[in-house]
Amino acid sequence: MSILVIAEHDNASLNASTLSTLAAAATIGGDVTVLVAGHNASAVVTETQAASGVTKVLVVDDAALADGLAENIASVVTGIAGEYSHVLTAASNFGKNFMPRVAAKLDMMQVSDIVEVVSADTFVRPIYAGNALMTVKSSDSVKLITVRSTAFDAVEATGGSAATEDLAFGVAFAGTSFVSRDVTESERPELATARIVVSGGRGVGSKEQFSIIDDLAEKLGAAVGASRAAVDSGYAPNDCQVGQTGKVVAPDIYFAIGISGAIQHQAGMRESKIIVAINKDDEAPIFQIADYGIVADLFDVVPELMQQL
Amino acid sequence: MKVLVAVKRVVDYNVRIRVKSDGSGVDTDNVVMSMNPFDENGLEEALRMKQAGIATEVIAVSVGDEKSQDTLRSALAMGADRAILIKADQTPEPLGIAKLLAKVVEQEGPQVAILGKQAIDDDSNQTGQMLAALLDWSQGTFASNAEFDGDAINLTRETDTGLETIKISLPAVITTDLRLNDPRLPKLPDIMKAKKKPIDIVDASSYGIDLSPRLEVVSVAAPAEREPGIIVADAAELVNKLKEAGAL
Repeated sequence: MSILVIAEHDNASLNASTLSTLAAAATIGGDVTVLVAGHNASAVVTETQAASGVTKVLVVDDAALADGLAENIASVVTGIAGEYSHVLTAASNFGKNFMPRVAAKLDMMQVSDIVEVVSADTFVRPIYAGNALMTVKSSDSVKLITVRSTAFDAVEATGGSAATEDLAFGVAFAGTSFVSRDVTESERPELATARIVVSGGRGVGSKEQFSIIDDLAEKLGAAVGASRAAVDSGYAPNDCQVGQTGKVVAPDIYFAIGISGAIQHQAGMRESKIIVAINKDDEAPIFQIADYGIVADLFDVVPELMQQL
Repeated sequence: MKVLVAVKRVVDYNVRIRVKSDGSGVDTDNVVMSMNPFDENGLEEALRMKQAGIATEVIAVSVGDEKSQDTLRSALAMGADRAILIKADQTPEPLGIAKLLAKVVEQEGPQVAILGKQAIDDDSNQTGQMLAALLDWSQGTFASNAEFDGDAINLTRETDTGLETIKISLPAVITTDLRLNDPRLPKLPDIMKAKKKPIDIVDASSYGIDLSPRLEVVSVAAPAEREPGIIVADAAELVNKLKEAGAL
């Protein structure tokens, strides 16, 4: 088995999702090569060399790869995928964007968002917002896979010393160019990998009142999440959304505050180790999956909770 | 320009699905079905393009069995000009669907194809990107805003860290995120009018594409249930419980 993992990064540091993808690769077993496609990303290359279980790091450096445009990343991956038995990347916005493009170019079917490796050709993936788990066996000669990061414990970030090899970039895709990026600034830990997540929903009531969620998160050293309703209403930015179509998280403690718990939201947090629900509606579906529930007004409970901590 | 919008008939998002006891799949008999929510956003965007004078014709296309006509009728009621049903008794995989849609693009010559970023049944999130690849078009995925500027689109995408804007030249594929727009609800007269709009029905096999699946479904299982939890009285008891569990 020879596995190619596509690193996710911002040219400055390696995204933690890549360490989870490497863990999935280790479960399949075999030599693991990591592709770092970017621009002036030497720090990422160094980090990748050190990651546990990496045999080789392929480096493609070009200005056209600086912003992760799917067309250009896909063209690099398409060119080398045939040399491997598996190509893996995180089922993040980055991976979801380029991997299907690779699959279609190679006339292969991607396996999306795997949560378990059964064998080298058989994988488990959630469907219907995680309300069913489908086991699929791929007959394609290269298995193209996106990996759900929360389902695989990250490999060690240090200890490795993989060799590097430079590859030349081909021709940039003419039709697509990067314009700008509006990154949400937060001093909180990253939502996808935080040990504690504090999420607010429609019940929080307004953007101003959402500060109660931020305050509790700060007190707990937690990341801030939100339900779709809260994001749609403008209480929280889009990158905070937890759910079927947002981020999937699995922290040690997940606080669902003023969140009713629609199945689409549960899809993004039901694998959390402990779920705490605070909601004044005792019929809210969130209580069906919560380990600890408090049926009360969040504006009474959260300040009390802050005092207790 | 023509705009092609792909729509899929899926189990309604409010339905709590049941896994079949023999592990062969999910029970979809006698279950409320509706248009994939992301596809509604796609159609709404196309209709707004027409209202803005950017699009001249909005064509809805679906791949599925006979019943997908219902979804296409909904699309016509929302305002699509006409519809195409590519009839397939077994829904093809995203790769097969993308190949069929590429054929429709060749025939119809749209400048923009809009798809939902994912279907809420199989959650693959592949078809739009695959269609763009097969056509060698630009792709603007997970769009929350699309502004037309001559023969290009300034497209804002929702990403894991916030928002990103890219410029994509036409022709292009757009896949929608839910915040792209608020889909309209068709009014009764529109629903009546939609009954007279044409739906072309074409057999999937007539395109000469090998649609045999690449992924064999070994089994479908329900996820493990969570252990039932408890209701605690107040914040103090909650903190105690979390400390007892070693979580705080």
